[in-house]
Amino acid sequence: MLTLDHLTVTYGATAAVDDVSLELPAGQVLAVLGPSGCGKSTLLRAVAGLERPRAGRIRFGGQDVTTTATHRRGFALMFQDGQLFPHLSVAGNVGYSLRLRRTSRAERRDRVAELLGLVGLPDYAERMPGTLSGGERQRVALARALAVRPRLLLLDEPLSALDRDLRERLAADLHDILRAEGTTALLVTHDHDEAFTVADRIGVMREGRLVQEGTPAEVWRHPADADTARFLGYAAVVAGAAAVPLLSAAGLRAGAAGGLALRRSALRLSVGGPLTGKVHSVRTTAEQTRVVVDLPDSGRLDAVAGLDVAVRPGDVVRLGVDPSRVALLPVVSGAGTSEGPGPAWPQA
Amino acid sequence: MSGRRYLALGVVAGAVPLAVLLVFFALPVAGMLQRGFFPDGRLDLDGAAAALWRPRVGQAVWFTAWSASAATALTVALGVPTAFVLHRLRFPGQRLLRGLVVAPFVLPTVVVGVAFRTLLSVSGPLGGLGLDGTPAAIVAALVFFNVSVVVRTVGPWWEGMDPRREEAAAALGASPVRVLTTVTLPALRPAIVSAASVVFLFSATAFGVVLTMGGVRYSTVETEIYLLTTQFLDLQAAAALCVLQIVVVVGLLAVAGRTGAGRDRPVDRADRRTTNRRPALRDLPALGVTGVVVLLVTLPLATLVVRSLRVDGTWSLAFYRRLQQADSTEAYVVPLSTALSNSLRVAFDATLLAVTLGTVVAVLVTRRVAGPVARRTLSAFDGVFMLPLGVSAVTVGFGLLVTLDRPPFDFRGSPWLVPVAQAMVALPLVVRTVVPALRGVDDRQREAAASLGASPLRVLASVDLAVAWRPLLAATGFAFAVSLGEFGATSFLARPDTPTLPVMVYQLISQPGGEGFGGALAASVVLGLVTSVVMAGVERTRVPGAGAF
Repeated sequence: MLTLDHLTVTYGATAAVDDVSLELPAGQVLAVLGPSGCGKSTLLRAVAGLERPRAGRIRFGGQDVTTTATHRRGFALMFQDGQLFPHLSVAGNVGYSLRLRRTSRAERRDRVAELLGLVGLPDYAERMPGTLSGGERQRVALARALAVRPRLLLLDEPLSALDRDLRERLAADLHDILRAEGTTALLVTHDHDEAFTVADRIGVMREGRLVQEGTPAEVWRHPADADTARFLGYAAVVAGAAAVPLLSAAGLRAGAAGGLALRRSALRLSVGGPLTGKVHSVRTTAEQTRVVVDLPDSGRLDAVAGLDVAVRPGDVVRLGVDPSRVALLPVVSGAGTSEGPGPAWPQA
Repeated sequence: MSGRRYLALGVVAGAVPLAVLLVFFALPVAGMLQRGFFPDGRLDLDGAAAALWRPRVGQAVWFTAWSASAATALTVALGVPTAFVLHRLRFPGQRLLRGLVVAPFVLPTVVVGVAFRTLLSVSGPLGGLGLDGTPAAIVAALVFFNVSVVVRTVGPWWEGMDPRREEAAAALGASPVRVLTTVTLPALRPAIVSAASVVFLFSATAFGVVLTMGGVRYSTVETEIYLLTTQFLDLQAAAALCVLQIVVVVGLLAVAGRTGAGRDRPVDRADRRTTNRRPALRDLPALGVTGVVVLLVTLPLATLVVRSLRVDGTWSLAFYRRLQQADSTEAYVVPLSTALSNSLRVAFDATLLAVTLGTVVAVLVTRRVAGPVARRTLSAFDGVFMLPLGVSAVTVGFGLLVTLDRPPFDFRGSPWLVPVAQAMVALPLVVRTVVPALRGVDDRQREAAASLGASPLRVLASVDLAVAWRPLLAATGFAFAVSLGEFGATSFLARPDTPTLPVMVYQLISQPGGEGFGGALAASVVLGLVTSVVMAGVERTRVPGAGAF
């Protein structure tokens, strides 16, 4: 189990990681999610031993490793762009740490073959890194990191450099591979899809602080605050009086929450819907019609309609709220809507 | 203009530097060889072959081989850790140290020779070591000279290497030593091999240093060619040695080219997120080596300056004054200021020529051409202009003297001969400094400019020049510094009544009874000072690879 205890890492006067505490039980995968520059990579580097913390402790399996040299921690690190050793073949890269540990040649060959099978590149042993595609390189980097069964695998934006399609596929593979190897892993990423696909637990980081931690479902349903909700892909955050009609339309108790985060598909045009709005603009996509509506109390929001619904700007329409596509936010000061005229929510 | 017309323009542009190289480099070398192998109009290889078996020649070959090998090994051993300290760590005064370590490379060879002799002479600060006039002293001077080649070549390469690759290895369990041997050094190998072969080249063809320090006792192939031609007028043996040297040099350049292939490709030129770190305890060995290098560089120079100001135990400018008041009764016939202005004038002309030709060559060899034949032609074109780097300057100088003395090339006594010869020496440096910058330009930028309506010449101006003006400026300074210090070819061609500073220094050293040594010290300091000022300017252009190979 990895335990971070009030960890602080500073660069000059700024705290890149600010008093972060968290626990990662053995065999689990924790994704630390945050926008670029939030300190998540620094956190990872500190755990790897590449940055010296200013304060706090790092423990692994009950042993304090805060001052242990990187190469003695028994972890493995995988970077965004793989960082394969260009002068070694794929097999040489994957077997690198085995050679460091003087594993016998036969054993090494077997393990390399096993790993290359695991990452789906069984025939690649003799290839040179320069001849691989981005996705293949990341697979090799993963195999290399897994080779000696590290006590802890550290993944720094492992899939970010890849294009969307490949990223989704590899994220699913990464999930399966980590489970198959029973690896304890700490992943940092800015891509919430990647985090939700791969991880058992999610930590959200912002400006050096860990603002939320929980299972993917918990984080998804209950973002800690408006910024977290926006970062997770909620299209709008509505607070104060503006939220009241939306809450009641969703069947949620008004006043129970400080605000409401809505996905783009939270509002749906429906003939008997409880809300009334005026269509501002209409755009047709392959799967549905995307509508922007002005609600008298809640301001301008996104909504969807079936492809069979014909509306034009200026039409007055009825809308309903899908409660599974909204998230309640705790009372947060200053979490006003970005659009819409709603008055400030009374402070708790 | 149509594409065909631009091709024609390119061919014409390429023909000019090629013609200059042909007349002022290939022809003299060929002339020199002809005199050796066709002593009386008929091929006579036996004489040349027999000359190679003479014990004195054998000694020169042997001395060249081992002194250059030893110097290369030592230079790499000292230079690589220094490159690490100066390019991967971060500490106050680093820029100053970088400038200091790099300075010797362009210092005139004769100045280095004089500086080392002053340091090691019986009355010098290290006189107690008894190294004056020994091979060890010559090797030390060669290391002094070339350590900057290693630092300048390996350092920027190392700096550009993504540190995360090493971090990945450390995280996989590699100790710092293992990271160094299994990840870092293999990645640096092309840079190290390339630097080492250039150092070997320079050491093996060193002329000024060996001549001033070894005298006639220790002779390398290069100084032996000089002695054979000027003292013994034995052209057969000299020609044989020339051929031997050219064969070795071309072979070496080929090896270096092969290993360095693809080194212009930006490896993983990091987005420089990770800055250099502060020195830690584990850097102590590398810091120690850097300290040795700094001592090796400063000690001779400091001694040189101090000794030039000490006359009869007191501080005095007498050596400088006496140089300035030279009259024709002395061995040197012009005042210091005249020699200096000779040097500057010649260097200016040589620089103009070298930079103009070098730019044309650099632009041509970095164009993308279709077809293997065109590519091979360009690559050969590139290689040809590297040749002056390795062919003995003495050969070129003497060759110029003996071939360009009759029509159609009667340049004997022409004041143009010295600048042209120096330009031939500086040309490869100009090309080597500008080419990487032009190669670094993404071809798609040129394509984008062309698609926006820029003609090929316009593309050159707005895309290439925008990137290359700094390296071009650095190359100009470099060429100027090299011309200032050039001695090998100049020693043949400079007319006795218009010596350049290096020639004057040598004249002074050669005075019987060591009469002129004080003057040599003073002239060396002046020459070193002027060169340092030029190099400080080069340093300000902040072209990382200037002077790298």
